[in-house]
Amino acid sequence: MVKNPSKIEISQLAKTFGSKVVLSDISLSIPAGQSLCIIGTSGCGKSVTLKCLLGLITPDTGSIKIDGKETVSQSRTHREEMLRRFGMTFQFGALFDSLPIWQNITFRLRQNTYLSRQKAREAAAEIVVQLGLEARVIDQYPAELSGGMQKRVALARAIADKPEILLFDEPTSGLDPITGGVIDNLILDSVRRLGATALTISHDMASVRRIADQVAMIHKGRVIWSGPSTQMFDSGIAEVDQFVHGHAQGPLTDEAILAAKTGV
Amino acid sequence: MILGLIRNIGQASLSFMAAVGKISLFTFAAVRWSVAPPFYGRQLGRQILDIGFFSLPVVGLTTLFSGMVLALQSYTGFARFSAEDTVATVVVLSVTRELGPVLAGLMVAGRIGASMAAEIGTMRVTDQIDALDTLSTRPMQYLVAPRLIAGTLCLPLLVLIGDIIGVLGGYLVGVYQLNFNPSLYLSRTLQYLEFSDVTLGLVKAAVFGFLIALMGCYHGYHSGRGAEGVGVATTNAVVSSSILILIANYLVTALFFG
Repeated sequence: MVKNPSKIEISQLAKTFGSKVVLSDISLSIPAGQSLCIIGTSGCGKSVTLKCLLGLITPDTGSIKIDGKETVSQSRTHREEMLRRFGMTFQFGALFDSLPIWQNITFRLRQNTYLSRQKAREAAAEIVVQLGLEARVIDQYPAELSGGMQKRVALARAIADKPEILLFDEPTSGLDPITGGVIDNLILDSVRRLGATALTISHDMASVRRIADQVAMIHKGRVIWSGPSTQMFDSGIAEVDQFVHGHAQGPLTDEAILAAKTGV
Repeated sequence: MILGLIRNIGQASLSFMAAVGKISLFTFAAVRWSVAPPFYGRQLGRQILDIGFFSLPVVGLTTLFSGMVLALQSYTGFARFSAEDTVATVVVLSVTRELGPVLAGLMVAGRIGASMAAEIGTMRVTDQIDALDTLSTRPMQYLVAPRLIAGTLCLPLLVLIGDIIGVLGGYLVGVYQLNFNPSLYLSRTLQYLEFSDVTLGLVKAAVFGFLIALMGCYHGYHSGRGAEGVGVATTNAVVSSSILILIANYLVTALFFG
């Protein structure tokens, strides 16, 4: 059987903090050039999975391969090389508030290559215009921008040096539906233009439908369903059904109520 | 009951040892990355300006009034056995050896230790430190190293200026309030002052500067979540650096004393 080569291959990832099992068995595979969305309730282990991928958290067991190369417990130098191929947008932007926008956007560009201020400003202006902002924002500071603009700048910073892999942590959370839609289109556009592989964490089903090729649902630290995004509404799994339709009642909420009662 | 007590003591000592271990590892990493390239000149410059230049008013006022009160107090004491003419010597020795470095250190700990912990702590809780890491920049080198270097370099300079201002404070009170002869006061100030008195104070200041920056960075770096976490980190940074300053003050003095 010929398989599409996996860009990212996560297998049997497990992580425990103290006595709390956060990840028990995460296995995911993302083919090159595809976009995978991870969905799941708060605290299910989505963000920890992403942090393991970035090497910010070391998993207890399991493996993460990028282009077939193992990345768990790799040396610092290898990790730094690997990270250059990643573009990450954090949930709340994580823009450096002591730096103006153009320095935020060209931060890694200027770390890794020599770039004059003039060239860096031009590069930053070009990217913000691409993302539908006015060129003059590059001289402003993150705190002066609205939430939607900050998300765009965070996206600009992630794509500035053309990474192969893009990671998005809740790119549309806290935005109005229209701005959310605009961000989704920008994400789709950037991923296509770069030919990148994308991994997105999201709660926003409208956004998931727009940007995902594949969807995986994590529940209690394990992947309970994965498949093409077109099939997520008829997965036949009660938990997935409840989540994607956003029902107030169902197995996910029953568990939460039970856990609250028994104090587990 | 007794078991519970023993358990508490055990837990407390274990967590104390764990904290000491964590701080030691942090110190080791911070020093190591302070001497390895790349160096972030702009960051260093910003810190030097912040610690060195903008602390001048605080340190200047502190040492000025300390020198003034010291002249008054020692005059009161020494007048009781007719040794008033030692006032100038006492002022200059106390200021350079002890009061200059310790008071400047404590004031800077409040000012700089707190702002470092708050700034780095905020960066931690808003994921900016993780963002640095994913953007090919080691947070230790970008955030911690410039602060450590600036703290260690700037405090001795601040204290040197503080020493001069403190002696000036003593001079003003001595000459204008206690009616000493100005030239006599000045010659008494320099007569018994040795070079080592000043260097002891400056060595202390360098140690204090290092400790202030280290505690500010450490507590900020390991800040808990949210506004409360940053608040706790800030308090801990100021308290721990102040206490460490007083301990280090004794240790360094004892080391040079023998």
